[in-house]
Amino acid sequence: MTESQRILILFAHPSQHRSEVNLPLFEASKEVSGVTVVDLYQEYPTFNIDIDREQQRLREHDVIIFMFPLYWYSTPSVLKEWQDLVLEYGFAYGVEGTALHGKTFLCALTAGGAEKAYHCDGYNHFTIRELLQPLEQMANFTGMQFLPPFTLFAARTAAEQGRVSGHVDKWLRLLAVLAADAVDTSALRDKKTINSYIDGLAEEQS
Amino acid sequence: MTAYFVQAFIYLCAAVVMVPLAKRLGLGSVLGYLIAGVIIGPITGLVGRETTTIQHFAEFGVVMMLFLVGLELQPSMLWEKRTRLLGLGGLQVLVSTAAIGAVALILGQSWSVALAIGLIFSLSSTAIVLQTFNEKGLIKTEGGQNAFMVLLFQDIAVIPILALMPLLALPELQSIASELAHADAHHEELSLVAHLPAWATALVVLASIVGLVLAAHFLSRPLFRYVADSGLQEAFTAAALMLVIGIAALMGLIGLSPALGAFLAGVVLANSEFRHELEADIEPFKGLLLGLFFITVGAGINFSILSENLSTVVLLTLGLMVLKASILFGLAVVFRVHASDRWLFTLSLAQAGEFGFVLLSYSLSHHVLPEGLAQMLSMVVALSMFLTPILFILFEKVILPRYQTQETKSEFDTIDEKGKVIIAGIGRFGQIINRLLIANNIPTVVLDYQAGQVDRLRSINIKSFYGDASRTDLLVTAGINEASVLVVAIDDKSRAVDLVKNIKHSYPNLKVLARAYDRGHHYELRDAGADYVISETYNSALQMGGEVLRCLGFHAFRVEQLKRNFTSAEREHFDELFASWRHEGENRSFNDHYRQLFMSMEKKLLDMMQLDDSDRHSKTERGWTPPPKQYTDDIEKTD
Repeated sequence: MTESQRILILFAHPSQHRSEVNLPLFEASKEVSGVTVVDLYQEYPTFNIDIDREQQRLREHDVIIFMFPLYWYSTPSVLKEWQDLVLEYGFAYGVEGTALHGKTFLCALTAGGAEKAYHCDGYNHFTIRELLQPLEQMANFTGMQFLPPFTLFAARTAAEQGRVSGHVDKWLRLLAVLAADAVDTSALRDKKTINSYIDGLAEEQS
Repeated sequence: MTAYFVQAFIYLCAAVVMVPLAKRLGLGSVLGYLIAGVIIGPITGLVGRETTTIQHFAEFGVVMMLFLVGLELQPSMLWEKRTRLLGLGGLQVLVSTAAIGAVALILGQSWSVALAIGLIFSLSSTAIVLQTFNEKGLIKTEGGQNAFMVLLFQDIAVIPILALMPLLALPELQSIASELAHADAHHEELSLVAHLPAWATALVVLASIVGLVLAAHFLSRPLFRYVADSGLQEAFTAAALMLVIGIAALMGLIGLSPALGAFLAGVVLANSEFRHELEADIEPFKGLLLGLFFITVGAGINFSILSENLSTVVLLTLGLMVLKASILFGLAVVFRVHASDRWLFTLSLAQAGEFGFVLLSYSLSHHVLPEGLAQMLSMVVALSMFLTPILFILFEKVILPRYQTQETKSEFDTIDEKGKVIIAGIGRFGQIINRLLIANNIPTVVLDYQAGQVDRLRSINIKSFYGDASRTDLLVTAGINEASVLVVAIDDKSRAVDLVKNIKHSYPNLKVLARAYDRGHHYELRDAGADYVISETYNSALQMGGEVLRCLGFHAFRVEQLKRNFTSAEREHFDELFASWRHEGENRSFNDHYRQLFMSMEKKLLDMMQLDDSDRHSKTERGWTPPPKQYTDDIEKTD
């Protein structure tokens, strides 16, 4: 085991006063030591992203996490803007662009549809991991290890059904595993989400 | 004349020494005044019988206090709370009167004396309770609000009680009195209604109250406008005093409680734009008079009567307070006052009040009570008032901590009241800020020292108040203690700077956002400690500059980028220029050094904006820059 991994969470939620799941996840993450949380819509309400500051943040962390609600099968727009501006040629890619090599990349997202909808037979036709392929390739292209997304399905009814606190607990367990650099990446290669992997870890322990 | 000065000096001296001491010991100012009174009265004998006269004068402090309380209460708010006012207040007076009267009957008093005692003791001390609430910030709590409703009802109830008292007169006392009356030419109080039949009295009273409300509503504004336009601070103070004293006089003439009249006028003026200025002007008078009143209560304690009947007085006082407290506690349960608030409500109102003194002397003169009994009862009133601050300390130190740990855990502590925003200066700039906040349901208090401006805004339904925002006491009455943000948008440059400096000095945690007129003003405001400063023309000029670029054919999004870069370059240089300006110390004009620096900054800015080296990303091109044309070759090689 190496020394504890530094985790950067880039949180993108454009209507936080309505958030039921993402905000609790974000708030819980703040309390974890060794985790840096950035509320992108708070820092860049006019999308005036400070490229130098964001690149410096990336350099200072080992695990990069996008945390967001799924908007039209992708990230909210500030994360796309962040990618467009921060992942510059010569920084993230290109001959000298090796700043992200060896880091780990992960999405933590909430989706409105049920899990069975995100399936070739479901009405969304693709799995979440398939839909996130642009991000997976972004990770590959910049030399980062891509992990399957941490996902909460049917998120609109999660609060009513009392599923939020369990989800937050699971998230905190994942952060602990990430910080300890104890993720078995080979076991995750073809997984649609990372959720069942964390459940498995919990069972092993008990 | 000299004798008066000596007297006044003794009173002031006692207050000046004792009150800060009591406050420092955590006893509260009321107890400090009371102790000061005891020291100069019964203990050292520095002051004597004139205390009763002074007390009548000092009771005017209570009138002023109720005027101020009225100013804080919108009529609609009062209407909303009518069930509490009548239910809680009415039951408190009725049940307490009945219970205390019953005890007096058992102790062998006749029914009329028992009823009189019950009525006198059922009332609590508005002066002590409200003063302590304000001092300890308890008035907004549930317990404080309920206690206030009861006090208000009691103040109203005094009027029928005064009317009832003569009917309880004891025949044997009356006959002695009538003999005396023949010998002594009867001294009539000044009154408008003394010789009128009952129906005419009622008519006069009704007409006076309606007249008072109408006058306060319609006449006060032109009057205050007229005074305010003169710009003389003391003229406004005089007008405020004139108002309160006038009401007290009118109420006295028609035989009503001056306190009630003042309260009524306060409520009518609660929506007035002059409200905060009135509060700030009356406040010091109220404070001094109330202090004086408490001193006279302390000084009026007659040690010889007290020591002769010590055990009786102490027992009666304790018995009274326990009885009143248990009734209050029961009412608090019935009216669902919870947790620590229930205890606050119970303990705060358990004493007899200053109206007790008034009613005692009144009942004495109307032959309801024999003199010996009345004197003993007034000792009970004084002692119970003396014990009240101690009960407050008990509440604060023993009861509250017990509940606080409980309450923080429950969900009650979510933000139920957003911090207020005070906007000083409501010209074109302040108006936009205010509209944005109001549109989002954020309570604001708007102040402007131009009565005309306030008037115009009121005419288009923007709630604003006349007052000089650079006066700290005015800001206090406007609620700066509860506010979270102060916006400084007054036109006078140097006053804006002074205001920021004073406020940041007294309230370092309050966020102060200031509007600057120009660059120099911007620096001065920053230097004064403002948390955020904006130059009033900067953003609109930048916007206009952008429009010029668009007219010249620049793409809209490119214009946005150029504007952003310009702003960030400005921001980078700001600190350097600010430091240079600051370095100049006292003679802060834009000297040569500053001018040179400014010019070199401008040049750098120009260089930065124009640098457009296609190979390396220029600052303005940063972001959305395509990679070099042949960049994929390298990637394919490594693949």
